[in-house]
Amino acid sequence: MTFEYAPAPESRAIVTIKQKYGHFIGGKFVAGGKHFPTINPATEELLSHIALGGKADVDAAVKAARKAYTSTWSKMSGKDRGKYLYRIARILQERAREFAVIETLDNGKPIRESRDTDIPLAAAHFFYHAGWADKLEYAGLGTTPKPLGVAGQIIPWNFPLLMLAWKVAPALAAGNTVVLKPAESTPLTALLFAEVCQQAELPAGVVNIVTGDGSTGALIVNHPGIDKIAFTGSTEVGKIIARAVASTNKSVTLELGGKAANIVFDDAPIDETVEGIVNGIFFNQGHVCCAGSRLLLQENVAEEVLHKLKNRMQKIRVGDPMDKNTDVGAINSKEQLKKIIELAAVGDSEGAERWSPECVLPSKGFWFAPTIFTGVTQAHRIAREEIFGPVLSVLTFRTPAEAIEKANNTPFGLSAGIWSEKGSRTLWASQQLRAGVIWANTFNKFDPTSPFGGYKESGWGREGGRHGLAAYLKGVSHE
Amino acid sequence: MSFYGLVDGTDASLKSYLGNLSGVDQVGAEARAAMLATRSIKTTSKRWAIDTAITMVDLTTLEGADTPGKVKALCTKAVRPDPTDPTVPSVGAVCVYNDMVEVARTHLDSIGGQHVPVAAVSTAFPSGRASMPVKIQDTQDAIDAGAAEIDMVIDRGAFLAGRYIDVFNEIAQIREVCGTKAHLKVIFETGELVTYDNVRKASFLAMAAGADFIKTSTGKVAPAATPPVVLVMLEAVRDFYEMTQVRIGVKPAGGIRNTKDAIKQLVLVNETVGPDWLNPKLFRIGASALLNDLLMQRMKMDDGYYNSPQYVTMD
Repeated sequence: MTFEYAPAPESRAIVTIKQKYGHFIGGKFVAGGKHFPTINPATEELLSHIALGGKADVDAAVKAARKAYTSTWSKMSGKDRGKYLYRIARILQERAREFAVIETLDNGKPIRESRDTDIPLAAAHFFYHAGWADKLEYAGLGTTPKPLGVAGQIIPWNFPLLMLAWKVAPALAAGNTVVLKPAESTPLTALLFAEVCQQAELPAGVVNIVTGDGSTGALIVNHPGIDKIAFTGSTEVGKIIARAVASTNKSVTLELGGKAANIVFDDAPIDETVEGIVNGIFFNQGHVCCAGSRLLLQENVAEEVLHKLKNRMQKIRVGDPMDKNTDVGAINSKEQLKKIIELAAVGDSEGAERWSPECVLPSKGFWFAPTIFTGVTQAHRIAREEIFGPVLSVLTFRTPAEAIEKANNTPFGLSAGIWSEKGSRTLWASQQLRAGVIWANTFNKFDPTSPFGGYKESGWGREGGRHGLAAYLKGVSHE
Repeated sequence: MSFYGLVDGTDASLKSYLGNLSGVDQVGAEARAAMLATRSIKTTSKRWAIDTAITMVDLTTLEGADTPGKVKALCTKAVRPDPTDPTVPSVGAVCVYNDMVEVARTHLDSIGGQHVPVAAVSTAFPSGRASMPVKIQDTQDAIDAGAAEIDMVIDRGAFLAGRYIDVFNEIAQIREVCGTKAHLKVIFETGELVTYDNVRKASFLAMAAGADFIKTSTGKVAPAATPPVVLVMLEAVRDFYEMTQVRIGVKPAGGIRNTKDAIKQLVLVNETVGPDWLNPKLFRIGASALLNDLLMQRMKMDDGYYNSPQYVTMD
């Protein structure tokens, strides 16, 4: 007998998606000029038409943000700013199901993840920063920390609402106003968030949302009326932004790519390690900048771990993201799928051995089966370049020192994982690793109290925690 | 006894066998069990799961106040859980104290329940605090009275004191008493072993010593069959199968009171050891109140609404 799980689709009756959206500027939705389509990557179904923000739109948004900053937000007491942030947090919780459904439709991620991870964490970020708003003097960042002004924020498509929360919550808590551009392929939850701002009666212009593509992002980055740029995305674009703001007064935080090492020592708790490897690389289809995409196995347990990993991967449920039992959903876009296919082909041609569990992929939409490459070395491109998909490169090592050397041998340094039951080894390894976030016996765990950010080409500055506040305040030393 | 060639019966070999087990990370095991608890089992799969769960129930009464009348009533319910619906399958077994085995066996046979085995709790259940000759006699009595399944308890005191070889020898001796006449289920009382490392260790110890089933709890101590404990035991059973090609059964008992909990257990089985274990030969659920909730949910699926609890028989 087999236990087949009948389809358990989440209902989309709770959401209304308009045919067309404009920008959210000065507390109102304003019509856009040109529009582009946003689709459901799991079905290629057209969801809506999104305004392509041009110079006039960005100008208007910056103007509205400046006005709100000068006249209202920077003068308001921290306690009152906190009140608005608490309100937003509570509305996010109340409307969590709506947000989860829209996120899954627009992004392709499983409803289980948007429901259990993205939306609750986004609300948590607002709650956490609401608490900071009236306590900035006690954050250890100087006696009278001051906001920077207008923040231009550009966020990626992998965790649309969560990345919005990471950017907007600390900015507002610290007294800044924002112009935010959601990613081209996932703008819908940001637009729903605009409604939440209205519902919370947030003063007009404190949050402005301009949708668009890379050209809109460039207008924000280069806008002279903006005091701070916060960007999460690729290292390639991060470098362009760093160059663009180099000759200006703008502050910058960048949260860029990664190629995290997930290191498994021979005394690891094997079953939980296998779970952690799966969560590390297949969570959110591997569209995670801190994904554990390089698995480093101690050679004496490599065979056992791989055997268990392959067995475990056969249980991964790939398919309809709206089904509550789906573990891995759709690749976010045709372009991203093309990139993953190309890099995986490089893995083949460089002689690594590809393996995927048997799984039937839907015929429509963008799909890539969970994949591992064994026999990978530091000299393979798939061990060096960020694939940003459900593709794991497996390497081996003989000694702890070799593991550290391999883990650090990358231009990136966003995150790393250590699996061991020996506390002294975990502490030692975490001191040697050059990565911003190090997980011990877990992976891909996030919390608003914990600073997140990278070493080397993985970024500048931190988001979250006390360190994250520092990125939105003046007169305090940045890292 | 060959102990599958894993140990030779000496303390040293047992220590080395148990010492080679990898640890269990508490946070990770609990997170995995919690994730599997989010599986949404609906419509046809829910119906299948309810019927499968009914066939896995070890319908249990283990009270000082048990009487022949109470035990007979339980047996009747075990054979035909819903007297109005013959499509409802019989349960997996009836589980009683040693002295009630004969009453149960005789009554089951007299009402057409020859296919329902009687399980007896044994070895000074639930504490296990008695001498070995007493434990052996206890087991022998139950088998003589017609028990086809023996649910023995381990000596948790010996386990926690690190005298693994004593625990091992007790299981091996009871295994010998059971011979081919009775299946042996070994109860750990995981609420007293406390850590998942201990649960994993006890699982491998019991399997090597000859258990046919490993069972979480007596039902007298809380917490009992929590999902992470069952997960760790299922992982042990899966690994043991890979080592020996022998399939050991798992029986969570205690605290599984409703259909939702039971379905969560089936999901754990399905996604850990796989569908081979989804039958009463390899998975049982020790429970008393659970059966009625399964019946209520089954009726609800047929009728489309909840019936009054009075439509389900009390025993």
